[in-house]
Amino acid sequence: MVYQGSREIVEKGRVDWTTVGFYLLFVILGWLNIYAASFDLENATSLFDLSGRAGMQLVWIGTSLLLAFTLLKIEVGFYETYSIAFYLTGIGLLLITLLVAQEINGSRSWLIVGPVRLQPAEFMKFSIALALARVFNSYGFRLMERKNLLLVCGIILLPVLLVIAQKETGTALVYLAFLLVLYREELPGGVLFMGIAAVIYFVLGIKFSDVQMGYFSKGEWITLILIIVFSAAMVWNYVKRRKEVFMILLMAALVFLVAYVASLFSVPLDWGITAMIAFSLVGLYLLLLFFRYRKKNYLYILLFMIGSFAFLESVEYVFYDVLQPHQQMRIKVTLGMEQDLSGAGYHVGQSKIAIGSGGLTGKGFLNGTQTKLKYVPEQDTDFIFCTIGEEHGFLGSALIIILFLAFILRLLNLAERQTTTFGRAYGYGVVSIFIFHLIVNVGMVIGIMPVIGIPLPFFSYGGSSLWGFTILLFIFLRIDKSRKRS
Amino acid sequence: MNKYSNLAKRKYVIAAAVVAIGFIFLAQLFNLQILSPQYRDYADSNAFLRRPLYPARGAIYDRKGNLLVYNRPTYDVMMVVREMKQFDTLDFCRTLDISKEYFYSLNADMRDRRKNPGYSSYTPQLFMSQLDVEEYGLLQEKLYKFPGIYIQNRTERQYNYPNMGLILGYVAEVDKNKMAADPYYVRGDYVGKSGIELSHEEDLRGEKGVEILLRDAHGRVQGHYDEGRQDKAPVSGKDLTLGIDIDLQAYGELLMHNKVGSIVIIEPKTGEILCMVSAPTYDPALLTGKTFSTNYLQLENNPYKPLINRSIAGTYPPGSTFKPAQGLLFLHEGIITPETRYSCFGGYPPLGGRPGCHSHASPLSIQYALATSCNSFFSYGLNGMLGNRTKYASTADAFDVWRDHMVNMGFGYPLGVDLPSEKRGFIPNSKFYTNVFKTDRWVAHNIISIAIGQGEVLATPLQIANLGATIANRGHYYTPHVVRERKGDALDQAFTTRHETGIGREHYELTVAGMADAVTIGTCRGINLAPLVEVCGKTGTSENPHGDDHSLFMGFAPKDDPQIAIAVVVENGRFGATNAVPIARLMMQKFFAGEIPESDKWLETSVINREILPYAYTRNLPAN
Repeated sequence: MVYQGSREIVEKGRVDWTTVGFYLLFVILGWLNIYAASFDLENATSLFDLSGRAGMQLVWIGTSLLLAFTLLKIEVGFYETYSIAFYLTGIGLLLITLLVAQEINGSRSWLIVGPVRLQPAEFMKFSIALALARVFNSYGFRLMERKNLLLVCGIILLPVLLVIAQKETGTALVYLAFLLVLYREELPGGVLFMGIAAVIYFVLGIKFSDVQMGYFSKGEWITLILIIVFSAAMVWNYVKRRKEVFMILLMAALVFLVAYVASLFSVPLDWGITAMIAFSLVGLYLLLLFFRYRKKNYLYILLFMIGSFAFLESVEYVFYDVLQPHQQMRIKVTLGMEQDLSGAGYHVGQSKIAIGSGGLTGKGFLNGTQTKLKYVPEQDTDFIFCTIGEEHGFLGSALIIILFLAFILRLLNLAERQTTTFGRAYGYGVVSIFIFHLIVNVGMVIGIMPVIGIPLPFFSYGGSSLWGFTILLFIFLRIDKSRKRS
Repeated sequence: MNKYSNLAKRKYVIAAAVVAIGFIFLAQLFNLQILSPQYRDYADSNAFLRRPLYPARGAIYDRKGNLLVYNRPTYDVMMVVREMKQFDTLDFCRTLDISKEYFYSLNADMRDRRKNPGYSSYTPQLFMSQLDVEEYGLLQEKLYKFPGIYIQNRTERQYNYPNMGLILGYVAEVDKNKMAADPYYVRGDYVGKSGIELSHEEDLRGEKGVEILLRDAHGRVQGHYDEGRQDKAPVSGKDLTLGIDIDLQAYGELLMHNKVGSIVIIEPKTGEILCMVSAPTYDPALLTGKTFSTNYLQLENNPYKPLINRSIAGTYPPGSTFKPAQGLLFLHEGIITPETRYSCFGGYPPLGGRPGCHSHASPLSIQYALATSCNSFFSYGLNGMLGNRTKYASTADAFDVWRDHMVNMGFGYPLGVDLPSEKRGFIPNSKFYTNVFKTDRWVAHNIISIAIGQGEVLATPLQIANLGATIANRGHYYTPHVVRERKGDALDQAFTTRHETGIGREHYELTVAGMADAVTIGTCRGINLAPLVEVCGKTGTSENPHGDDHSLFMGFAPKDDPQIAIAVVVENGRFGATNAVPIARLMMQKFFAGEIPESDKWLETSVINREILPYAYTRNLPAN
């Protein structure tokens, strides 16, 4: 046993080398896979050839390491002091980009300065995280005060709008990941739950919208039952009276039983109408409870039910009348309703074939044929995970996912151990960004998310994105390094 | 404090959610890579190749069923470099009749990624384009000797007549803007660029099909994916039948040789366009094949602008052909009655004899005024209308009533013909004059020349012919159109809807009588074709800033149950009777008799040999 005193001094100011290790591992694996993905059977270039993608990525990695080293050397107070300045500079750059950028691949997000091409939207991520952390850290800050809520939403939504205007919808969605920071800093879980409920309604409502069950579609029928279950769960959670939960479920079950029995005696059975009757009865029951006990929670749950139903009814309208045909197609392909082999489905189909053909152990480094033959689009940027899946098989790709999960859990741990709100909020910002990128990118490549073009951190080719992620991560490691210890 | 530790616990909620999603991903990977051997099958030996199947572009016929436009196959030579083993270059060059140097330059072009960004040695690449049938035959015979060489079918437009290039339009490779606007098109597709090829593009092009083939890892085709069940056959384009009579059209183009102007003939009962000559014009075959670009450049640089369809995009002061419209409106508004007489002393008396007129009996009524084309009569009419304070609150109000009637008769806006780039002409409204005069206190005498189709008024030859059609129909018209039939599809409702001008039939009968008199005793006796057919007409001589007056004629025949309405414009052709009337006469003889009688052969020869090329088009050219 080393004695306490010196150990504390040594530990103070220690960079979290575990995270740095993850980082180095990821960029090196990324570099090798970019080489594999852009490998041209006819004119093979070396790993270090600067005219190839891999050579260029090596340059980005080198500069990123320099960047990381510099970020770790800077005084920690600097980040908090200049957080608002970073944010405003970022907004300024987005505006300039919007004004001067030329269209590249349908988006106006590239700022070209001499030989360098930058995507300011990538650097906006750490600026938003810093600005949010700074705001949360201000004295006596309560998120749920209206003024503060507006400020925080403004900080997130302003860059979202600017980036949407640049036609980089994918990156704009990334910024919404900061909702997770709000969740950690006091946003009621109910809000997050409603968001998730909305996604579930949308998926079910659309996926089963084409099967009719009497008056309602199958999607509406399932969702109605789900709403009843959710309401019962909310009564359980917020009112904590088991008897009433039991009553609600019993009522719904009884309605279905009666309808079923009646159907035996020549009353035609309409599952949709039956669900609607059960839904209405539960609603009436909640209203009754509200008048009896004068507890607002009942009213809120009732409102949740009505709101859910209204949302469900508007989903089909929005989907079929507001969304563009190609956007509908992407969602339908993801939900497995269509097999569109020409457009959205083609990319995902090819990507699934590439991954699926990898088998258990893969075809080996540089031996993937699907990606080499350019069947998979964007194979060294957004679809880089394909190459891993094809060349290294289930073992390789599962390993990468597990490594990423470990990385994210590690960051979550670091974020929670911060002693200042600033550090914690920034840490959660970093965590949210990595979670969102991982889920959306890998989800897209393996065909369970719609096609949204955002990179896989540290793996996808590109200077701006690698620099952006490096800055994001190493500012956090710098903050973590000088946290106060008890 | 309890609250804060609660918030700290949210870390576990987030962690649990992330791990859960991670496991879903692992499950999906397991599903794809371990449980689904079919992916392995697709990829290990196969992958999709989507090959477009091009439909045949629709053919175009004239109203009598003569084939005007069809497709001729051409052939592209495709090369898959990886498959070219033991390739006898010399034999290949001899077969295609090209030099060895040319072979190597084509080969270099194909491999150059700057010129051919999609180059891959595994997939078919375009090596040489547009072989004709003989070259194709020679190559096809020896194809077995050349592994890696494939032939791809293409089609090219082919024309049976050297006429009406401006109406048919041309087809060329699709450009970037069109591809961005319509995802149907991809690089290398052909698309209509002007004329009917453009306005009826969606009818003519059909629907591309696709065959989904499976290839091995070296790009070799192995067969159809899913046994062809996912393939889509191409849908051929619709054949179009035009209202145009190719004989009449060709004859019109002959008559307009070495002149600038237009002939439009409409069938009043349907609005179908029988003939639409715009001079000068070009042979549509010029804009096909390998010589497309040089020919196009030449046409574009021609000072007389043969690429403009003057029938719909040329705007002219209608001159006296506008007078029947004026008379109709004055009768309808009650400004004049059939008996109203105005006097004319070689000019419009209230303005000291301006606009001037020619000698005829005076005072005169509307019917005789139409026959002799009296300028004073219509000037009186316009003055009477705009100055009528019992019927209209102000000059401006009266004028806007005037304008609305003109618009109802088809002037001032594009008629909506099924051809691209139709111009609207110009019919001013009261605001326009208020702006011009910088006051609203202008009166009829300030703008009197519009009563005789001069001044600010402009119309396209199509609009003038359409006026003839409304008079022939005694008060209504159908939107003029060139396509009368789309195979397997009804005509657009826009072309079968009857437009009423809102003016009483009795007023039309009176106007018809006036126009019949013009032919028998008035200004256009040159087109009196009795006893073959009873023609009604109106000449026009329109002053313009570009030199000599334009020569115009507007009319229809026969007087009862009319079959055609016609407008002729000859730029700088001076009096209406000088050029426009003889051309209209010959066109009508061609239509009603099928040929020109011996007695008129001299006229035909004379008209064809006349050369009236306006100086205005060439004066700004550099001398050389």
